[in-house]
Amino acid sequence: MEPLSWGQILVAAFQQFLPVWVALVITFALSIRYKRKLALYGKLFDSPIGMIGFTIVMFWVFTAIFADWIITMDPLAQFSGSKNAVPGSALKAPDEGAYAYFLFGADHVARDVFSRMVMGAREVLKIAPAATLFAFMVGITLGLPAGYFGGKLDTVISFVANLVLAFPVILLFYLLVTPEIVLIGIPTYMAALLFLFPIFFIGILINSRYFTNPPQRNLYLGVAMAICVWAYLGLAFNADPLNVWGMSPNLLNVFVSVVFVNSPGVFRIVRGMVMDIKTRDYVAAGQTRGEGAWYIMLWEILPNARGPLIVDFCLRIGYTTILLGTLGFFGLGVSPESPDWGSTIDDGRKLLAMVPHPALAPALALMSLVLGLNLLADGLREESLKD
Amino acid sequence: MLKFVIKRLFVMLLTAFALTFIVFWLTNLPPNLEKLAKSEAGTRISDAEVETWLSENGYDSSPLNRYGQWLGLLPGWTDTAQNGTPTGRCLEPGTDPAAAPRFCGLLQGDWGQSTVFKVPVSQVIARSLSLTGWLMFAVMAVMVPTALFLGVLSGMREGSRTDRVLSSFSIASTATPEYVSGVVFIALLASPMTGLSPLLAGAGWIETKTLFMGTATSAMDDINFWNFALPVMTIALYGIGYIARMTRASMTEVMTAQYIRTARLKGVGFRQVVMRHALRNALIAPFTVIMLQFPWLLNGVVIVETLYNYKGFGWTLVQAAGNNDIELLLGCSVVAVVLVLITQLISDIGYVFLNPRIRLS
Repeated sequence: MEPLSWGQILVAAFQQFLPVWVALVITFALSIRYKRKLALYGKLFDSPIGMIGFTIVMFWVFTAIFADWIITMDPLAQFSGSKNAVPGSALKAPDEGAYAYFLFGADHVARDVFSRMVMGAREVLKIAPAATLFAFMVGITLGLPAGYFGGKLDTVISFVANLVLAFPVILLFYLLVTPEIVLIGIPTYMAALLFLFPIFFIGILINSRYFTNPPQRNLYLGVAMAICVWAYLGLAFNADPLNVWGMSPNLLNVFVSVVFVNSPGVFRIVRGMVMDIKTRDYVAAGQTRGEGAWYIMLWEILPNARGPLIVDFCLRIGYTTILLGTLGFFGLGVSPESPDWGSTIDDGRKLLAMVPHPALAPALALMSLVLGLNLLADGLREESLKD
Repeated sequence: MLKFVIKRLFVMLLTAFALTFIVFWLTNLPPNLEKLAKSEAGTRISDAEVETWLSENGYDSSPLNRYGQWLGLLPGWTDTAQNGTPTGRCLEPGTDPAAAPRFCGLLQGDWGQSTVFKVPVSQVIARSLSLTGWLMFAVMAVMVPTALFLGVLSGMREGSRTDRVLSSFSIASTATPEYVSGVVFIALLASPMTGLSPLLAGAGWIETKTLFMGTATSAMDDINFWNFALPVMTIALYGIGYIARMTRASMTEVMTAQYIRTARLKGVGFRQVVMRHALRNALIAPFTVIMLQFPWLLNGVVIVETLYNYKGFGWTLVQAAGNNDIELLLGCSVVAVVLVLITQLISDIGYVFLNPRIRLS
């Protein structure tokens, strides 16, 4: 068969992404229709920059969701005789009814670049937002008391945070993400420690809000703690009896390292904001009313710090994506076969000068996702400042 | 001021000890030592032989003790080999045991022996640092002026068309990590198959196959524009956006200040206001950012040196980590940690000097 021209490749790729376009149109139609009722999210649609960023981010989110429909071939399958095939070339011997072209070419072991790129979105978006969320919980749980109480507590936590921040990231990764470390069980210990913070956070959050009404408090707290402990056992120790929660040792190692590297940054931001906000009158009013310290921190200060935190959350997901790519680039990723973008760039760079397309596709994908997140953060910052 | 510097130095020293101990502990975990024994004494030795090798080479004491020896604060281990000859950390084979020093560690200048390169660690690090020094120098020379220029230009008239264009560029550049821009640069400018090079070569404008060189290996002996521009641009691009955004933020803040308005109302020209009144105050914040950018540069250096095969500090670090070369990895970590801490100190002190409004007490 004839290879496809560049125009045909674009049209074919556009067709493959059809579920994404449909989902994007629906999202936009609904969001713009109801934007006045949607608070900060609705205001995003007033800012062109924010809208562009949101479109790019949602494009990749929907790609990750519908990846099974979008891919043209199995991302791990190798097609003999098609090593380094150029974009648009036809399969040597396509199966009946199977897709007949390598849209973005094939890599050095004859896997389809397009399908790997699409599946890579799922790999990245499975880890990056979750790791960022965990880092935020750790950072907030430590940053609130450090900023609010100050004193020795603040000195100690800040020292530890600065210690982690002074570590060159790459060195930390090389030390933490190795088979030897997994062997000795350090990721499990770190996970056991780091994953306690979200439980602590959720527990205090509910308790400080409902402690005046014990029956209600006990109900909410009981349900939340049951779910948390269940997830904790599964995620940290891979010991979930029902096998709903779980991470492979390699994935856990990558996840924990990324959370560990990100938390001190969040801690610093939260601490700084708490130190600023705690001088406000409404905090003094709360103290005079006799509200507890944790209630003031979690229900008075934290909601008032949400603007900058949401903006930083978007930026930090992008940063985490870059970190994950860095890990993959040095072959420290989840698994050598994994189609995540960093590992694919690493695979492609050995023959980069001769056949650039296997590395170029995931590189541009990663860049566009991070760009989208940065633009989204910019839009959110602009809109939240208008309040 | 003096008290502040002393306090900072003390915290810095404490941080350095803590960090080096963590690195030491992580690189000296039992599985790493076992791997070391196997690579040094033969891959097929039994577990018992691994034990013997480790105890004969002084790896059987506690990690804290070995950390002290490595640092040079505790006396080096001594032992007697099976054939009766005395061995020890500070003892070169074939020298007089009585003449050997008691302490030999980092503080005495003994950084150990690299198992990959088979030469002293200090030698490997000195050579790689000098190579990386050139790279860093070139990056700084490109990155700082460009970023400050872009930041000031977009910050002096907030919301103008120039501002929008430059801000978009900054955002795009912070979204492009080194391994992405490196791949794009090579595909565009240094590939004989794609991008500009085949066009230029076809038109007969360049004699070589590619416009730029895809590797910087030749730059280790002889730096020129064609083998060094891509690595430098790759690192600089990621930093430019960030510094430019910080400069812009600080510039816009200064431009709305009262004294700028006063100067404008007095009839001073816009150019004069920017150059004379705004610039100095606007550059205080970016200074801190530039200094704190060093740890990030280190990151970029590791990626770029791996990508372009430039055998500097980053490349050495990757080799050491990948080949379980414990002494070399420790040496690299010490250099990295010290570099980061010194830049933090300079940024703290520099901030105070530049900004007379800050009082330390």
